[in-house]
Amino acid sequence: MGKTTIIGGSPGKSGGPRASTIIHAASGVQKIDVTAVNKPEHRELYQKRVPIYPKLAHGLYRKIKWALLFILLGIYYLVPFIRWDRGPGAPDQAVLADFAGRRFYFFSIEIWPQEVYYITGLLMLAAFGLFLATALFGRVWCGYACPQTIWTDLFIAVERMVEGDRNARIKLARQPLRGKKLVKKIIKHTAWLLISLLTGGIFVLYFHDAPTVVRGFFTGQAPMSAYLFTAILTFTTYSLAGLMREQVCTYMCPWPRIQGALTDKDSFEVTYREYRGEPRGPHKKNDSWDGRGDCIDCKLCVAVCPMGIDIRDGDQLECINCALCIDACDSVMEKIGRPKGLIAYDTGRNTKRAEEGKKPVYRIFRARTVLYGALVFGISALMLYGLFTRSTLDLNTLRDRSPTFVRLSDGSVRNGYTLKIINKATVARDLDVSLDGIEGARLKAIGLKSDGKTITVSAKPDKVRAIKIYITVPAEVVKTLTPSTPISIVVQDHDGSERALNKTVFLIGKS
Amino acid sequence: MSDRPEVDDHSGTETTGHEWDGIKELNTPLPRWWLTIWFGCIAIALVYMVLMPSWPLPWANTYLKGLRHYSERANFETDMVKLAKSRGPDEIKLANTALDQVENNPELLNFALAAGKSAFGDNCATCHGSGGVGIFGYPALVDDVWLWGGTLDDIKYTITNGVRSTSDDTRFSQMPAFGRDGLLSKDEIKDVVDFVISLSGKEADAAAVKRGQAIFVDNCTACHGEDGKGMRDFGAPDLTDTDWLYAGDRAAITETVTNSRNGIMPTWKDRLEPWTIDALAIYVHSLGGGE
Repeated sequence: MGKTTIIGGSPGKSGGPRASTIIHAASGVQKIDVTAVNKPEHRELYQKRVPIYPKLAHGLYRKIKWALLFILLGIYYLVPFIRWDRGPGAPDQAVLADFAGRRFYFFSIEIWPQEVYYITGLLMLAAFGLFLATALFGRVWCGYACPQTIWTDLFIAVERMVEGDRNARIKLARQPLRGKKLVKKIIKHTAWLLISLLTGGIFVLYFHDAPTVVRGFFTGQAPMSAYLFTAILTFTTYSLAGLMREQVCTYMCPWPRIQGALTDKDSFEVTYREYRGEPRGPHKKNDSWDGRGDCIDCKLCVAVCPMGIDIRDGDQLECINCALCIDACDSVMEKIGRPKGLIAYDTGRNTKRAEEGKKPVYRIFRARTVLYGALVFGISALMLYGLFTRSTLDLNTLRDRSPTFVRLSDGSVRNGYTLKIINKATVARDLDVSLDGIEGARLKAIGLKSDGKTITVSAKPDKVRAIKIYITVPAEVVKTLTPSTPISIVVQDHDGSERALNKTVFLIGKS
Repeated sequence: MSDRPEVDDHSGTETTGHEWDGIKELNTPLPRWWLTIWFGCIAIALVYMVLMPSWPLPWANTYLKGLRHYSERANFETDMVKLAKSRGPDEIKLANTALDQVENNPELLNFALAAGKSAFGDNCATCHGSGGVGIFGYPALVDDVWLWGGTLDDIKYTITNGVRSTSDDTRFSQMPAFGRDGLLSKDEIKDVVDFVISLSGKEADAAAVKRGQAIFVDNCTACHGEDGKGMRDFGAPDLTDTDWLYAGDRAAITETVTNSRNGIMPTWKDRLEPWTIDALAIYVHSLGGGE
């Protein structure tokens, strides 16, 4: 099956870290023997994946990332268990996409399938929100909030707990697969699979009543689809976050390609300040810092990078802007007594201005940020307006097509319509159906009371009621009509508080 | 040649050892992912064979049934039993409820309309058209013109026993073939047709109408009534309205008088359950013209 290169990158080639050959980049700072595996000059048309062993970083951004990891995973894992009382007969789960009942519940909001435009609105908000965030701060989504990043981070943390940090993992990788290594690998993969299973299992809970499914899941009582989707999500979580990791971002995700068009020279991005760092090189204690850069080439920024790149090569599509290299570099700068921020969030414009010795300028309001902001605001306002003025009564009218009209023996003409009366309220209500557009027309419905002008119909809460109505127009009125007469069918509450109207036509055939 | 397989310098892969016109074939192994899937499929197939019906055993006229005893036919039968069970109470209720009382029970009415609609599509729409619109020779059920009556009971009786059917209680009448059987001459037929046309308010030859009226009184009023408005006891249609079962133009009426029509509707009492007939009656009655 061919040779297996366990580790490419540098450790295999140059012997890796050994206690006897520690090289110092500066006093107290070890030079790490590492090569960025995703360096542009290493790219080939086909290449087997070279494993990356990210070293644990310490610092502000790592703390932010830990916090976000706990908050976001907490939301994901706990939200299905939040209860929300909607009264009898309705599910009491706060967030639920009830496909069987054809409803989407989000706390006090209940969305019907015909209101899918709210979902469209949400997707547009997500897209433009992402555009706005990217225009302002580069790939913050990728670095902090993307599920791929979060779960990969979690999986790497588990791996670190079981196998140790970077050096221990590299050492372990070189050992044959037996004994202690085998045990560690089994523990790691078991833990990964358990997390994946939990991830997949929780996903299913967003579509069914959570406590019922959790109880039924282990006794084989849960629906088949629950098991299927748990299995699929378990597989994808395990393979994407455990095995494929950065390859998902680099090769599978379209977003890195798109975001190039969304950022400009005023977007904040993780930047190596070349003007400050170069020329780089090892620094001996008590040597002068004059005439050289602050970068001591310790390569800690490369060692902590989960994407396997060297930020000092500049902007790269692999970079997810997670800022762990900032943490790494800042800790080193602190040790060698140089100012922090050799690697920092900065804009392309300011990097250039700094080179020229000018003061930085920050331009938050630019054509694109204003446009994205306005779109986000506009869509939000539109959706809020829609939600607050949302009617609880709706009507769909289906004209009979076979026959389109019936001429009765006395010359009058009758048309049939099926009305779908949608009561979105949580209470039953009595409604009046009436007609607008033809004087003297008579209304009749099968199985319902009617005085000829109005039909009274009761609608159950949160249900659609279909009724069949017939409109008959007397012969003397028919003579005054065109072959197709526009009419409106009106459904309203007894007290007239809410009404729904449908425009349709009354046909009399060729006259 | 050595025993060891030759290795291609360029690719580092073994060759098959064959050579055709100086071209050697590489013995590239199958990709591992491909083999994995292949072996996986074999494993799944084996599991499937044990669990599910697999091999036919023609000599024993049976097959390996598998541990799960899965059978599409058995599933179908179970489903049918389940369906009958779930519909059973409604069927019994419908059969035991007087037709004119069904309307007062919205749920039962819904059931009857739904069942009636589907039974109509299966059994009636072939002749009466979808939705009961009717076609030439088959009455429309959506309007208020009824040959044998349009109340719930009338409709139920017609569906149960049919028209000129094999049932002993069938609705029955027979219009004579006035021309074919020599009861009226061609000229007399022409005159009576003119009269019939005039009945529904269309223009006709006045002299012929007058002659035709006498012939109509002698031959037709027994069933169609003196005013030509028809009689439901005989299923005799109203000739004064604009509704025609066999078209109302001169040629069509001439044909009707000459050879007569006497369409047939079968009896459904031997083919449909009583509750289905009830549902059909309610559905047809609901189409708009019910009395």
